[in-house]
Amino acid sequence: MEQQPTIWNPVAECMPREELLTLQLGQLQQTLMRVAENVPCYQGKFKEVGFNPGDLKDLSDLANLPFTTKEDLRLNYPYGMFAVPMRDVVRIHSSSGTTGKPTVVGYTKADLASWTELVARFMTAAGVTNEDIIHIAFGYGLFTGAFGLHYGSEAIGASVIPISGGNTDKQLMIMQDYRSSVLVCTPSYALTIADRMEKQGIAPESLALRVGLFGAEPWSEQMRVEIENRLGVIATDNYGLSEVMGPGVAGECLCKAGMHLAEDQFIAEIIDPDTCEVLPEGSVGELVLTSLTKQAFPMIRYRTRDITRLHYETCDCGRTFARMEKTRGRSDDMLIIKGVNVFPTQIEEVLFQIEGCQPHYQLVVERENNQDKLEVQVEVNEKIFFDEMKQQRAFVTEAEKKIHSALGLSVKVKLVEPSSITRHEGKACRVFDNRKN
Amino acid sequence: MKVEQISIFIENKSGRLAEVSGVLGDAGINIRALSLADTSDFGILRLIVNDTDKAFNVLREHNFTVSKTEVIGVEVPDSPGGLSSLLQTLDKNNINVEYMYAFVERSGDNAVIIFRFDDVDAAIDVLTKNSIRVIEGKKLTSI
Ligand SMILES: [Zn+2]
Repeated sequence: MEQQPTIWNPVAECMPREELLTLQLGQLQQTLMRVAENVPCYQGKFKEVGFNPGDLKDLSDLANLPFTTKEDLRLNYPYGMFAVPMRDVVRIHSSSGTTGKPTVVGYTKADLASWTELVARFMTAAGVTNEDIIHIAFGYGLFTGAFGLHYGSEAIGASVIPISGGNTDKQLMIMQDYRSSVLVCTPSYALTIADRMEKQGIAPESLALRVGLFGAEPWSEQMRVEIENRLGVIATDNYGLSEVMGPGVAGECLCKAGMHLAEDQFIAEIIDPDTCEVLPEGSVGELVLTSLTKQAFPMIRYRTRDITRLHYETCDCGRTFARMEKTRGRSDDMLIIKGVNVFPTQIEEVLFQIEGCQPHYQLVVERENNQDKLEVQVEVNEKIFFDEMKQQRAFVTEAEKKIHSALGLSVKVKLVEPSSITRHEGKACRVFDNRKN
Repeated sequence: MKVEQISIFIENKSGRLAEVSGVLGDAGINIRALSLADTSDFGILRLIVNDTDKAFNVLREHNFTVSKTEVIGVEVPDSPGGLSSLLQTLDKNNINVEYMYAFVERSGDNAVIIFRFDDVDAAIDVLTKNSIRVIEGKKLTSI
C-alpha cells in the first residue's frame, strides 16, 4: 500500500524562509506587471501614486502600494478585475455580499490546480488520507467552500460525499450509513449536528468521524473543545476567502498552533485597520493579502477585514510558512461602544464560560438619548433554562456581570426563544448596529 | 405522590401562549393546570397535562425549550383560612415553597393547589404527618 505523505508538498511547505522571500519577490514583480497591463482598476491605482511595476525592487516596497477593497470589487462588478480574457476563465464563483451585489471571482485552469493543491495541503496537514470518507456539508454553488474541499479531497485520493448543506437528519443518516470519517462544514453547523445527535440519542462513538475541517466563519478555542468533545473528532481550522482564492489560503496542522499560510502563493501583511499602517511582526491587526500566482483574479493588498496575528517561528511539524492565529472577528464587526472596542467573539467567550456550550447569540446596538446601548440576545436552550424564575433571572444577571467585567461595558442580556436568531447559509449574523439607521 | 410538570420558556410577545396550547391541542393533549411567571422580556409557562411525555416531545419538536419538574398536588379545604393554615404548617416545619398555583378542577369539595418545593420528599412527609391530603400523581393528571 502506498504510504500517504504527512506533508503534501514538503518542497514548498518547508522551504527555508530566505528562499521563500526570493521566490515571493520574483512572483510579486510578475503579478504587478500583469495587473498593470490587464486590469484598468490597478492601472488607475498605480497611476494615482505614481508607481510603475518595474519600481518594486524589494518586498518592503509593497507597503507603498494602494489597497484593494471590497468596494473596488463592487465598482468593477462583474468582470472588471479579471486579468485574463473570458476564454481563459473556466470557473466563476462569487461571495455572498451582506449588502448590495455579490463579488464575482474567476479561475483559469491553472488557478483551479493551485487551489486544489492548497486544499490538499491543509487537509493532509490535518491528518486526512486516501483512506478517508469526506462528508462535505458546505453548500455547493457559487460559494467557494464546497468545491475547494471537494477538489482537495479528490487530489488526496479520499472518497467524497458531496452532500451539500442543510437537512441535518439526512446528514446524520448518511454519516451513520456511509461511515463518513471527515466532516467539512462551518463550526456552527458542526454544533447544530451535535445538538441533533443529542436529541436523537446518537453517541459520537457510534459514528466513524475522526477529523473535522471547519472554516468559513470565526470560532473560538472553547468552541473547538466543545466540538471535539461532542462529535469525537480532532477539529481543525482553515481559512480562505473567495476574493483571494477560497479555502486553502491557510490551514492548521495537527500541532494546532495556528494556520499555515501558503506564503509561496500569497504575501501576508498585518495593518492597523484605522491608520492602515503596516504593523511590526507579531502585532494583532487586519490581514492584508497579495496573490502571487493567480492568473484570472490577482489581488494586490486585498483588505480581508479579518483581525488576526501571524507567527513566524518554524512550526514543530517542520513547515516554515507563517502561522495565522484564529481570526478574532472582522474589523467590520468591531463595534465601538462608548469608546470601547468590542468584538463579538469576546462576548461569545464569556457566554461560553457561563453556559459551557456554544451560545447562539446576537448583538444589537441602539442609541437612546445619545447613549449607546448594547443588548446581547441569547437563545435559551435546555442547559440554561430553569423552571424557577429566580434561577433564570440569576443566570441573566450573572451573564451581564461577567460581560461587564470582560469588556468594561454594561450590557443588557435578553433571553430569546430557540431559533429566533437569524442564520444565513449556516452562518449566524452576529451584529445589528442600529445607530447608523 | 409526585406529578411531573412541564415548564416552557416563552418570549414575552403576543401569540406565544396560544401557540403552545395550539401545539398541545393538535396533539390531543389536555391541559389540567397552568401558571405563567413572567418578566418584561420572557416568561416561564408551567403546565400539568394528561400525557407529560408526549407533551414534552411534541413541544421540543416545535422548537420550544422545555424541562420537566416534580411538583405535588395538595387538597386544600375550600373554606376561609384553608390555605393559610396549610402554609403555616409548612413554614413551621421549614419547608420552602418555590411557587404554587391553583388547579383548574376540584377534588370533591376541595380546591387543588400545585406546589413546587425545594425538597419535595420532606414536604410530602410533613404534609402526610399533618393529615393533609396529597393527591396521587396519576389521579391528578386524569382529573
Ligand atoms: Zn505546523
